[in-house]
Amino acid sequence: MGKNGAAPSQAHVVGASLPRIDGYAKVTGAAIFADDIALPRMLFGKLLRSPHAHARILSIDYERALRHPGVVAVAVGGDLPARYGILPSAQDETVFAIDKVRYVGEPVAGIVAEDELAAQQAAALIEVRYETLPSVMSIDEALLEVDGSGEKIHPESRKANNVHKEVHLTFGDLDAGFAAAERIFDDEYFFEGNTHAALEEHSAIASFGADGKLTLWSSTQTPHYLHRVAASVLDLPASRIRIIAPPVGGGFGGKTEPVAHELAAAHFSRKTGRPVKFTLSREEVFYTHRGRHPVRIHLQTGIRSDGSIAACRLQTWLDGGGYGSYGVATTYYTGALLPVTYKMGAYAFDGCRVYTNKPPCGPKRGHGTTQPRYAFESQLDEIANALGLDAGAYRAAIAIDPYSRTINHLRVTSCGMREALSAVAERTDYSEKHGKLAPGRGIGLAASAYLCGAGLPIYWNPMPHSGAIVKVDRGGGVTVFCGTSDCGQGSQNMLAVIVAETLGIDILDVSVCAGDTDLTPVDLGSYSSRVTFMAGNAARSAALDVRERIAAAAGAELGIAPERCAFENGRVFDRKNPDRALSFVDAARATEARFGTLAGVGSYTPPADLHGDFKGSGVGPSPAYSYSACVAEVEVDFETGEVRVERIVLAHDCGRALNPRIVEGQIEGSAYMGMGEALMEESAFRNDLHRIPNLLDYKTPTILDTPRIDAIVIETKELEGPYGAKEAGEGPLNPVIPAIANAVADAIGRRIYATPITPERVLQALDGTAGPLRLRAPIAMKTT
Amino acid sequence: MLRLPAFEFQPARSVDEAVTLLGEHGDDALPVAGGTDLYANMKLGLFAPRVVVGLRSITALRSIRFDPQHGLRIGALCSLDAIVREPAVAEHYPALAQAAAMVGTPEIRNMGTIGGNLCLETRCNYFNQSAEWRKAMGYCLKRDGNLCRVALHSDTCKAINASDTAPVMHAYDARLSLVGPRGERTVNIREFYQNDGAHANVKRADEILTEIALPLPARGTRSSYRKLRLRKAFDFPLLGVAVAVATDAGGSCTQARIVLNAVGSAPLEVEAAGAILLGTHLGEEIAADAAEEVFKAGKPLENANASLLYRKRMLRVIAQRALEDVIAPLR
Repeated sequence: MGKNGAAPSQAHVVGASLPRIDGYAKVTGAAIFADDIALPRMLFGKLLRSPHAHARILSIDYERALRHPGVVAVAVGGDLPARYGILPSAQDETVFAIDKVRYVGEPVAGIVAEDELAAQQAAALIEVRYETLPSVMSIDEALLEVDGSGEKIHPESRKANNVHKEVHLTFGDLDAGFAAAERIFDDEYFFEGNTHAALEEHSAIASFGADGKLTLWSSTQTPHYLHRVAASVLDLPASRIRIIAPPVGGGFGGKTEPVAHELAAAHFSRKTGRPVKFTLSREEVFYTHRGRHPVRIHLQTGIRSDGSIAACRLQTWLDGGGYGSYGVATTYYTGALLPVTYKMGAYAFDGCRVYTNKPPCGPKRGHGTTQPRYAFESQLDEIANALGLDAGAYRAAIAIDPYSRTINHLRVTSCGMREALSAVAERTDYSEKHGKLAPGRGIGLAASAYLCGAGLPIYWNPMPHSGAIVKVDRGGGVTVFCGTSDCGQGSQNMLAVIVAETLGIDILDVSVCAGDTDLTPVDLGSYSSRVTFMAGNAARSAALDVRERIAAAAGAELGIAPERCAFENGRVFDRKNPDRALSFVDAARATEARFGTLAGVGSYTPPADLHGDFKGSGVGPSPAYSYSACVAEVEVDFETGEVRVERIVLAHDCGRALNPRIVEGQIEGSAYMGMGEALMEESAFRNDLHRIPNLLDYKTPTILDTPRIDAIVIETKELEGPYGAKEAGEGPLNPVIPAIANAVADAIGRRIYATPITPERVLQALDGTAGPLRLRAPIAMKTT
Repeated sequence: MLRLPAFEFQPARSVDEAVTLLGEHGDDALPVAGGTDLYANMKLGLFAPRVVVGLRSITALRSIRFDPQHGLRIGALCSLDAIVREPAVAEHYPALAQAAAMVGTPEIRNMGTIGGNLCLETRCNYFNQSAEWRKAMGYCLKRDGNLCRVALHSDTCKAINASDTAPVMHAYDARLSLVGPRGERTVNIREFYQNDGAHANVKRADEILTEIALPLPARGTRSSYRKLRLRKAFDFPLLGVAVAVATDAGGSCTQARIVLNAVGSAPLEVEAAGAILLGTHLGEEIAADAAEEVFKAGKPLENANASLLYRKRMLRVIAQRALEDVIAPLR
């Protein structure tokens, strides 16, 4: 291995567990993240945030703050009045609150100074007068009609309560389905909200150049969407804005939409003529949030005598926090992907998102599908137990078939769920253990499915979802340009793998230029597990464009038809006579001599026939779905209620694994994150405030809490994916949480209907003081 | 990100120099050893000393000496990690090694000192928060306010003593040396702490803790420390129980100390629990009776990361387990 850990070159890059091209820089600290960037004369910014959950802003006086030594400028709501939001249907935020605040921590003003401490101290000198309003802190309260003593969180809403969005979809004949059912299982669950907890706090640096153009570096997963919103909020042509996404230190969905500090940095740089940096504190990250929605779930499933699902009705209530964010999509997602795993006779979904006076919720790994998946897989466990069926075999029996359509019209292609189910069951002897372990020990199983990229963009447009340029240098170096943002998942490496494989060259001869709107074609961003699939297809297509030209030129040099040219090991050779060959460098030079500058372009647009034709059909379709299954083994301490996870075996169908080691890393990370959500993570509030906005008190597992994890890569051939690949970034998370919940139920003989499964909840379940959840208010949603 | 407020750092090379510096600057100065507690609290705006007196260069306070006649003397600047690694500690004071090993993370144990851990600022969900958070919630008795948000009618602050080593030191009957402008004084650890979260110990602002002396445990002493927490590292105790018992040649208990932490602003010795054990041949049933006394004595409040009811219930369980640790080797 060389200094940078590279293995010797080999014939095929795809399928080889080569070290990541960016791995060495990241483990040695050489990688430059957003906050590492420092520019001459740079100012530092700080946001003043609301101390009230719900209040009218009466006045803001910042004269004292402006006089504080080192302070250069202050801005408030009126300075940047344009409303924005990630979804076209939810343009409900401004950079600084105007007229009212909707959660503790909402930005009210911004300040920039010569150093960060001065900005921090001066922010405290800004005097804001508020008139407080009654706050709404729960789903129950938000569903109540607002009377004269209160005010709706968004007064312009036409609803009488704080409901943001309702969704009602029915597929098949639900009544007939339930009538045909032999048994109906009817349960309620609550999935607690939690946050991304990425290592890197958000950071943005803005600089207006002498040419009047803005460059904005930001730790964003979606440089293209930031580009659009920055143009609109700053009222600047997009052509004068360059967004650069440096390597992102973890995103998990928390950096997928433009937020205040990025736009504030740009505003202040324009105003002061100096570079401006904003780096959030950890507490501010908790307020910026956009994390997992708390969701209350009502699930009714009718089972035929053979165990098959005759009908399923899912109702979800999402606690959205103060603003829309991705919430409409999240609401649809709570219902859209449930039928992607199992065949159903009929399916109805009612979703309802409410506004509350908390930091806005949005997408976290598994976006909206994680919560109902927990409920559904918990209930399936109860069904299997009630029917006396093995949980793994039962799921395999009702599993969706490859190359079929779901009850909600989604197109399913490759599907390795049955293989994943048997892999985890066999590896753990699940069938021999379940229900038979000593008291306090338990084993649980669950399965899931996920998208390989959303089938539709966030704003409607007929353009590709991802584009790439591949350029070949005369020295044989190949650069791939693509608008992706690497949030640690390995998307840069993936682009290099695909281009190296397509051109038959060493991966170290490929450079990746990503996430720079001046240099790279648009990619919609690192969300919905779309990058390997969509950017991968775009890069492959661009590399094929180049390869065709090289084949034509090299074929002429070698005196063979272009189709006979093979590309491997840095050589272009005659497939029928491999000794007739050119080096890749010579072939590239010959091509440039013959055709001019050597670069190729490629793009990817998902097929149009992925979904049905109904309102709401745009959320859920994907060109392919990944499948996963998990078995967790736990030991429960009956006296303290502590749950110790002893082992997690997690199998994931990622299509073809482009780099198995990275896939395993994603699987392990999913097991770890899922375990935290299952057992300890909690967005907890007290007196309208986040109770513990820091990573000491907000618990995530440490390495000492993390058990042995067996990551099993299940490979299927996905015809639509680049070299057969699907996704691995989000899907493996979903089954972990219900697998642990099912293991705890097996261990203690009682089910806990809420997350996280804290020691206190375990003891309540053992005491019999915590029965199944029951909705306090009658179900208020329309049921049509 | 959060920045430290500006302050002047004055390193002291000797105890005398440290005391002089602290005396010179009075209330404007605070001492710092490992800094794992103070600097985090300063970032949150909980303390804003104009001068910080650095103790780390006082190498004389970094030794651990064991004498079979008199016991152990630990310099206050010994790192927690050094204590974990010290063979004499493992042999004669195993509960101290256990407790020190459970503090924070490896990084914190490398930087954090035993003196710092014993002087750990008391903790509370309403206190260990940023200036902005505390302003939004309303200030509390311990800092900037006049109301205890945990116990609204209390005249005293209810912040928690969360030092893992304090109850163990108490169980070992530690004596602490404090040096100030008027010279050195020695206090027994039971006089060192006071049950007031805002004034948690008797160390004066111009004094520094220099040494901890542990007498040689009586022959046949066994000890243990049990810590309830939500994860296996990087977590303060929700409850801690330190136990030290001695038995005579016939197996009869001659000495028993059971000391709790994280249920009040000072470590709490449950004397009634110790009394039950005295003179008995330690067994499971008597341990259960003692644990019952612990359950009665401990009065947690709603100011940590698990509910009051849970922590109350765990008193009995964790005490029972700590007692079983020291009883089991007898059987």
